[in-house]
Amino acid sequence: MSILVDKNTKLVVQGITGGSGRFHTSQAVEYGTNVVAGVTPGKGGTECDGIPVFDTVSDAVEKTGANASVVYVPAGFAADAILEAMDAEIPVIVCITEGIPALDMVPVHSKLKTSDSRLVGPNCPGVISPEECKIGIMPGYIHKKGRIGVLSRSGTLTYEAVWQLTELGLGQSTCIGIGGDPIIGTNFIDALELYNADPDTDAVVMIGEIGGSAEEQAAAYVKSEMKKPVVGFIAGRTAPPGKRMGHAGAIISGGKGTAEGKVDALLAAGISVADNPSVLGKTLVKALG
Amino acid sequence: MKIHEFQAKQLFRDYGIPTLRGETAGSPEEVEKVGRDLQSAVIVVKAQIHAGGRGKGGGVKLTRSPEDAAAAAREIMSKPLVTHQTGPQGQKVRTLLVEEGCDIDRELYLAIALDRELCTPVIMGSAEGGVEIEELAANSPEKIIREAFDPEIGLQPFQARRMAFRLGLKKPTTGPAVKIILALARLFNEKDCSLVEINPLVVTKDQKVLALDAKINFDGSALFRHPAIAKLRDVFEEDEMEREAADHDLSYVRLDGNIGCMVNGAGLAMATMDIIKHCGGEPANFLDVGGGATKEKVTEAFKILLSDKEVKAVLVNIFGGIMKCDVIAEGVIAAVQEVGMSIPLVVRLEGTNVDRGREMLNASGLAIETASDMFSAAKKAVEAAAQTAAS
Repeated sequence: MSILVDKNTKLVVQGITGGSGRFHTSQAVEYGTNVVAGVTPGKGGTECDGIPVFDTVSDAVEKTGANASVVYVPAGFAADAILEAMDAEIPVIVCITEGIPALDMVPVHSKLKTSDSRLVGPNCPGVISPEECKIGIMPGYIHKKGRIGVLSRSGTLTYEAVWQLTELGLGQSTCIGIGGDPIIGTNFIDALELYNADPDTDAVVMIGEIGGSAEEQAAAYVKSEMKKPVVGFIAGRTAPPGKRMGHAGAIISGGKGTAEGKVDALLAAGISVADNPSVLGKTLVKALG
Repeated sequence: MKIHEFQAKQLFRDYGIPTLRGETAGSPEEVEKVGRDLQSAVIVVKAQIHAGGRGKGGGVKLTRSPEDAAAAAREIMSKPLVTHQTGPQGQKVRTLLVEEGCDIDRELYLAIALDRELCTPVIMGSAEGGVEIEELAANSPEKIIREAFDPEIGLQPFQARRMAFRLGLKKPTTGPAVKIILALARLFNEKDCSLVEINPLVVTKDQKVLALDAKINFDGSALFRHPAIAKLRDVFEEDEMEREAADHDLSYVRLDGNIGCMVNGAGLAMATMDIIKHCGGEPANFLDVGGGATKEKVTEAFKILLSDKEVKAVLVNIFGGIMKCDVIAEGVIAAVQEVGMSIPLVVRLEGTNVDRGREMLNASGLAIETASDMFSAAKKAVEAAAQTAAS
């Protein structure tokens, strides 16, 4: 078993006919993901690489029974695409799009609270349950089916961690990139709750970075609720305050969001913290005993 | 994106937020002329740079005549203005804002920013304006009054009234203050701001409420729908290399060390900086070439890295996921050949087609050191930088 997505997932791709939507759809299909539909307004009734395209998400759901969506729609229209997927009552929505205006996400986040849909992202690599379902832009082959959860705010740094685990023979249950924006759907705690309840996840690798206080809050959750070992890493120990490090959310401001503060919070919660990213895998092995 | 005070004040006036009369000037002579036209007993000359702390840095002067204003302008413009936010090299002052003075009764603070925990904008006010708000927030957080925007219908008039009363405002200033609070909220939402700040918002002796200062930052991701705002960008305020990088869609931040880094992905780029430090070195920059780095992007990134004369070694760390390692190797080789390198280069590749990529680097005949993992790559780069620096 796994969380969020598995072999029963039927995926609709919003923005399937765009450059990255089309490319990553073909990669997902190759990996074995069951892509049942695409949506591009105005191109309904056509096909894209053999996948039926619909004008609206509700059409796609009605005709194909899609139960997960991935959003590759350009930044200026992505928040609307998420709202459309929520309106069609899609349970899992993964938004890959980078650079969505922050204020566009304010009403989306609010509507999510009263919706049964769960959003992962935006500005994230996606979600993968190895050998079952890949939704997003991560390279499939670095993953291996197994019992470790990987949870991260970053993209390529997640691949680095996954690759180390795979090399050590430690497969993954589900890997989730929650995204590097200030306002995101699923946060660390939401994902930790899912891992905590998943009988097929034995331990979790959590990768954070500077900015905000999500890691500190996650540490508090781990301390009080988590029944499984958690290993952590925080990127950005050398980042100067006031400078945005690529991600819209990765900025130390007003003395908050420093790597030191986060590492201290993780350590205080009993989380083993890798002091450099090249030993993440080994730190997990040690934590597993 | 940041803008200048005079630009922010124009936006304030567009939204009906009162400011003092004033105009910009580019030379002491113009300052004198504007000062004369103002016909004010007090003439304030304010340096227009993006960095905060202008007052303490000597960039704001109160004068009593147009001639004195010109002298103050001459002094401000004579050398780069150094504040706690500019760094020791300071920032050249190209524009001055010349304003009338006013008799201040009270100084308040007002700001709006996105609250990441509440996931909605929050307006913050304090009865103690003019001070460093971060200091106030750290030492006496209870003195900051907050009202969160409803994420779907925005800040409501009752919240603006509540804030005005809690700031201790009384008739006849409450009405105008409420108007200012609501206008500021509208500005924040309509123009996709990431920060608006009035510090201080003043009540004058004749009971007028106005913005003595103005600061606005915009969400760079939303500039595509605000072309007029995008034009307010002042490239002179930006680091030349950071600007160059941004123009090529590269995310670059200059740092103080001597090991240039080129990485794909922001998290991995930060982690690479960290591991350099862990190995006893200092990164010269943060540089994310993005997930879809092309040969051209890699070449541009190299040019930017190497134009920093402090750089004594370069570390390339790429986890080729969707990007294949042989394509990246090709880009690195082409870049080195085009740009020419006189300092050591350490390349760590991992991911799709990694064997082919490493083979290409080795066969290129270029002096490229390869490494199979992050730690050994960082170690090699730190050693190489130390050697270059010593020779």
